[in-house]
Amino acid sequence: MTAPIRRDVLQDLEQFRSEARQWLEANCPESQRQPMTAADQYYGGRNAEYPSADAQLWFERVRDKGWICPEWPTEYGGGGLSAEHAKIIKEEMKAIRARTPLYSLGIWMLGPALLEFGNESQKQQHIPAIINGEIRWCQGYSEPGSGSDLASLQCKAEDQGDHFLVNGSKIWTTGADKSDWIFCLVRTDPDAKNQEGISFLLVDMDDPGISTTPIALISGESEFCQTFFDNVKVPKENLIGELNQGWSVAKALLVHERKLMSELGSESPREILVPSVAARQYLELDDGKVVDAQLRSDLVDYDMEMHAIGLTHFRTFEEKLAGVRSAAPLVMKYVGTEAEKTKSELLLAILGSQGLGWEGEGFNRAELDTLRLWAMSKAMTIAGGTSEIQLNVIAKNILQLPQS
Amino acid sequence: MALVLNEEQRFLQDSAREFLAANAPVESLRTLRDDRDALGYCPETWQKMAELGWASIILPEEYGGLDFGFTGLGVVMEEAGRTLTASPLFASAVVGASALLLGGSEQQKTDLLPRIAAGELTLALALEESQHHRPTHITTTAQANGDSFVINGRKTFVIDGHSADHLLVVARSSGESRSPQGLSLFLVPREAPGVSVQRTIMADSRNAANITLEGVEVNAGALVGTLENGWEVLEPVLDRGRVALAAEMMGLALEAFERTVEYLKEREQFGVLIGSFQALQHRAAHMQAQLELCRSVVLQALSTVDDAPEQLPLLASLAKAKLNKLVKLVTNEAVQMHGGIGVTDEFEIGFFLKRARVAMQIFGDTGFHKDRYATLCGY
Repeated sequence: MTAPIRRDVLQDLEQFRSEARQWLEANCPESQRQPMTAADQYYGGRNAEYPSADAQLWFERVRDKGWICPEWPTEYGGGGLSAEHAKIIKEEMKAIRARTPLYSLGIWMLGPALLEFGNESQKQQHIPAIINGEIRWCQGYSEPGSGSDLASLQCKAEDQGDHFLVNGSKIWTTGADKSDWIFCLVRTDPDAKNQEGISFLLVDMDDPGISTTPIALISGESEFCQTFFDNVKVPKENLIGELNQGWSVAKALLVHERKLMSELGSESPREILVPSVAARQYLELDDGKVVDAQLRSDLVDYDMEMHAIGLTHFRTFEEKLAGVRSAAPLVMKYVGTEAEKTKSELLLAILGSQGLGWEGEGFNRAELDTLRLWAMSKAMTIAGGTSEIQLNVIAKNILQLPQS
Repeated sequence: MALVLNEEQRFLQDSAREFLAANAPVESLRTLRDDRDALGYCPETWQKMAELGWASIILPEEYGGLDFGFTGLGVVMEEAGRTLTASPLFASAVVGASALLLGGSEQQKTDLLPRIAAGELTLALALEESQHHRPTHITTTAQANGDSFVINGRKTFVIDGHSADHLLVVARSSGESRSPQGLSLFLVPREAPGVSVQRTIMADSRNAANITLEGVEVNAGALVGTLENGWEVLEPVLDRGRVALAAEMMGLALEAFERTVEYLKEREQFGVLIGSFQALQHRAAHMQAQLELCRSVVLQALSTVDDAPEQLPLLASLAKAKLNKLVKLVTNEAVQMHGGIGVTDEFEIGFFLKRARVAMQIFGDTGFHKDRYATLCGY
């Protein structure tokens, strides 16, 4: 049913937009509207330090306004607003290029799953701490032997009466060396087939027996870690959902991760070059037109793809409001991350040798960032389910093609 | 909400699908082709379509129109794309009617639009002069002769040119041969002295013609829009046509794709359904992803015609380029995935392949629209 939005509702939204704009204008410090580096990102947590006094001010103002998580219920510290209102806040923040005040896997991934599957005391314990930036979370899904075939994971949690005893290791745990807690998939029934014997467990990383090692990547960064569990005792009340039913929690959470990744392009903290803008700076032009026919063709292909992706994000939002189901959300991770890779290759081609600088003199910040982002973009079609896994999901769930 | 159909539009979609399946399925096109039908479409079906209001779907009520806007039109175009239905809908009710709406005098509108709406009168745009869409490269001339004009030139790829009652001829009375300045639009009866029509049999079994104009005399009342400012009318008319065509191509792609996916679930080789092969699954899933993006583009382009005409050039080129690429991909894959029967005439998938190639050329191929989009973006 696609009832038109009522006029009074529209008026209320417009009123809200104007108030949000005014509030942001008055409360977002000028320094928090500038392009940022990774060092400017505030992730919160027990040992966190604010990158700057303005970053602290900005975070605290948004937190006190209830806009860190505008859609979450007020009883856990959320803003209690509708999806339309939350979208308006997002749009208005984007319009003034406001920095994200709190980067958090707790907000983007764990929180929505906790709200759906957690019991009351789990929500009380964890949700406000996520919103207030008190606890920094990381994710423990993949293992060295379990990548795309996640359900083959071996990290085990044995029932010891009043607690689980966890042994094994997790890989690609983003920011594990700086995180306070980890949400994990663990095997609780070694005899059950694949996903049936898996549970969803929250683990305090201060517990004895946990250690982390950073992994250096081709981008030169090491935001990922391997995390080891050696006889870690985890209280029973840290189990989310039913025992051996962790897969359904993980799947719900993956949906959030993929949605996030499909939108990542617009969220990146670096000074990102826009290909069509970079083209005017780095390419030979004739009467305003890019002379290199191949690059001009690649550029317009990319711009058209992004235009179409942007419109499809709008469509999925309108469909959500109208209660219409379509296949669009399920394809967004695939098209979004592939487009990000295309963009990075395009920027590298546009910058030529000036886009190949690794560090130091001879290159400006944007040029150096372009190369690092190019290297990082290779991970986008791998993390959160590879493009090939996304295509499998589309073939199975949308097209309902027979499974071999 | 431009990107979700409302209840009225979904009702229109259901009734259009039902009507076309019953009255104008792909089989009808095959019959028209095999019979070498002189008209190239079924006039009784067209009359019924007009009675359903499709010929007047974008016209205001004052001219006997349904006034459903372009999103409504898009619904019908998409369904007609699924059945490859040959009719004057595109050339007359979309392109011809838009030219009169945007450029016609009150007299022309009052005289002609109600007849177009009723399906009694059909128009065709006589624009192209070479094998590629170059809407400003016009050498056909219109010379003033007292109160009248004399038109001389040759036109090609005139959609419905052999059957339309009136031709909308793009001619030049000043300006250089590639300039948008100096162009004018004239309404010329197809049977006027000096007009000769050569029907061209195209791959898609639909209707097109080459037209020669030799000393064709029309009076000042035949001018649509103002003299030598025809581009101001022609460009938005072309954009409306491109968007409507994109909607037709959306339907064509969806139908060819759905038929292919069904086939993957039926055909067995090596003792299993071929749809279980990952080599085919991934290609099908990739097409699904592109279909989703194109769906959003088409809906936005359609609503842009009515709600944000200043953005129409960008959206029309986006839609035509994207849909050109989509139908090429989907029809090629559809034939390949059907295997041997895909290349037989008996099987209908070949009709989709052929229509796709013709639709890709109408009002601009992929290169034309990529160039235009890039220019509009400033590079």
